Amino acid sequence: MSLLAVDGLSVRFDTDDGPVHAVDRLSFTLGESEVLGVVGESGCGKSVSFMSLLRLLPETATVEGAATFDGIDLLHASPARLRSIRGRQIAFVFQEPMTSLNPAFKVGNQIGEVLRRHLGLSRGDARRRSIELLDLVRIPSPERRVDEYPHQLSGGMRQRVMIAMAVACDPKILIADEPTTALDVTIQAGILDLMRDIRERLGTAIVLITHNLGVVADVADRVLVMYAGRKVEEAPVHELFARPQHPYTNGLLGAVPRPGAGRLREIPGRVPSLAELPAACAFAPRCPRADQLSRTQVPDLREVAPQHHVACFHPGPDAEATA
Amino acid sequence: MSFVDTSVATISPRARRRRILRRRFLRRPLAVVGFIVALAFVLAAILAPVIAPYSAGATDFNALLAHSSRHHLLGTDELGRDVFSRILWGARASIEAGVLATLLAMAVAVPIGIVAGYYRGWVDAVIARVTDVLLAFPFLIVAVGLAAILGPSLTNATIALGIGAAPALIRIARGEALALREEDYVRAAVANGASDLRILARHVLPNMLSTLIVQATVAIPTAIIGEAVLSFLGLGVQPPTPSWGVMLSDAQSYLSQAPRLAVYPGIAIFLCSLSFNLLGDGLRDVLDPRTTR
Repeated sequence: MSLLAVDGLSVRFDTDDGPVHAVDRLSFTLGESEVLGVVGESGCGKSVSFMSLLRLLPETATVEGAATFDGIDLLHASPARLRSIRGRQIAFVFQEPMTSLNPAFKVGNQIGEVLRRHLGLSRGDARRRSIELLDLVRIPSPERRVDEYPHQLSGGMRQRVMIAMAVACDPKILIADEPTTALDVTIQAGILDLMRDIRERLGTAIVLITHNLGVVADVADRVLVMYAGRKVEEAPVHELFARPQHPYTNGLLGAVPRPGAGRLREIPGRVPSLAELPAACAFAPRCPRADQLSRTQVPDLREVAPQHHVACFHPGPDAEATA
Repeated sequence: MSFVDTSVATISPRARRRRILRRRFLRRPLAVVGFIVALAFVLAAILAPVIAPYSAGATDFNALLAHSSRHHLLGTDELGRDVFSRILWGARASIEAGVLATLLAMAVAVPIGIVAGYYRGWVDAVIARVTDVLLAFPFLIVAVGLAAILGPSLTNATIALGIGAAPALIRIARGEALALREEDYVRAAVANGASDLRILARHVLPNMLSTLIVQATVAIPTAIIGEAVLSFLGLGVQPPTPSWGVMLSDAQSYLSQAPRLAVYPGIAIFLCSLSFNLLGDGLRDVLDPRTTR
C-alpha cells in the first residue's frame, strides 16, 4: 500500500473576481522512500495541491476529494490531529530560505522548538540533537552555528537549516516546494545532493516541487507533470525523458538547455486563466497538435506504457525533440 | 563559507548586536540627554525619601511663600512647605502613573491587537471598529471621564489613563500582527505543526517588541501629562499628597503674589515629558532596521 494516496483532489479559491480553479481532480500516490518530482509552470497548482493536503491554505480555499496518509483522512482530520502530523509525519521546506526563519531566535532554538514539541525532548537534548541535525545537513562547525541568528547565515545555509528543521522528527514525507529556486546554481546542486542523501539515510519519501526539469532528472524516481491545475502526464523519470508523450512535456524538455542542442525552443502563449475550467484540453490553445477534438473535450488519462499515463488525444514524442 | 566572521566569532552575536545598538544610541545627543534627564527623574522618584531635604508635608511657618534661599532651594508655598522637596515627592506620582498606566495599556491592548490582527475575520472587524470609535474621542476626555466614574485617587487615575491609552496601542499591535502573519516563518511554523498560541507567543509577539518598546516610551510622557491634568482637576492624587498637578492647582490662588509656585512644577512636567519623548524618538531611530547610522 502506498504511503500517501490522493484521489480527485480539487482546490477552488473564492476571490472577489469569482472562483479560481487552482487544482482539478488530481490523483496520485506516493510510495515509501519514493522521490516524486512535480513539474509545471508557475501557477499550475503544484504548491497549492500539496499545501491543501495539510490544510495550509487560507480560508478562501475550498478543497474537495480525498487524501489518505497512513490510514488518516487528511482532509477531514481534526485540527489537533493535523498539528501532530504537520512537521512530525509530513514536513515542508518552502521556497524562500531568506525569510522562512524567525529573525528573533537562534537557529538552534528554532530546530529545538520542533523537537521539543513533537518528540518531547528536554532543552539540553534538543540542543544536542539540533547540532547533529546541522551536521547532517552539512553545515560546517555546527556547534557554533547552532547559536547564530538567521541573519548571520547565507541563503544556502538557511535552506539547509530549513531542511534540518524539516527532517528533525524523521518525517515519513518531506515536501520540498521549489527548495532551490532562490539559490545560486552551485548551491542548488549541494541542496539536491543533500535531498538524495536524506532519502538514502533516513528513508524519507520526498515530493520535489519544481519548474526545473533538470532538477527532477537528477533526483526523482517518478515525475508528475501538471498544467493548469490538471495532471497531464505521469511516468518513471527515465521513461519520461526517453519517451515524453504530452506536447506540454515535450515543450518543457525542449526548454531545458543542453550543450550542442542548438537554440532553445519555447512554448508559445501563456498559462490560461483558471477562472473557469475549460471544457477542453487546457493546453489546446498553445498546442501544435491541437485539433477539433482537443478543443471540445477534456482528454482522459490513459496508460501508454507501463506506469506511463498521459492526458492527450495525440500523445507521442516530438519529432524534432528526439531527432 | 566557514572562514568568514572569524574576527567577531569570539563575542556572541547578541553581544555584538547590543554593541551596535549602543553605538547608534550614543551617536544621538538628544536621545542621550533625554535618557539622562528621564533617568534623573526616575531616580528622584525612587530616592525622594533620601534626597528630599524636607518631608512632603513639613511646614515652616517662619517662611510662608518664601523666595528661594539656602534653607529652601526653590522657596516655600503658602503653608511653608518646601517646593523643591514637594517636586521630588511629586515625581513619584508622575512616574508611577506614567509607567503603570503604560504597562496597563500594553497588557490590555497587545493581546487584543494581536488576536484581531492574526485571526482577522469578524473578531477583527468588531475590534477595529470599536477601536476607531474610541479613538474618535481625545485621549484626555476619555481619561477624565473614566477617572470621574472611578472616583478620585492615584490608582484610579492610573487605570483611567491606561485604558484611555489602550485604543491607540491596539491599533498598533493589530497592524504589526497583520503584517507578521504573512511572514514566511509564520507559514513555516504552521506547516511544522505549531499551535496558534505558540505562534503568537514565539513568532508574532517577539518580532513586534521593538515597535512596542518605542510606543511605550512615547506613551509614558502622555500619561505623565495626563496624571498632572487629572490631579489638577482634582480627579487624581488628593492633597496633601504632593503631585505636580496638585501643586499647579494650589498655586492658582497665589498666581499674582508667587507665580514661581506654578512655574516650578510646570517646568518639572515639561522636562520630564520632554525627556521621555526624546528618549522615545532616539529609541525609534536606533531600533528601526532601516537606520544605518
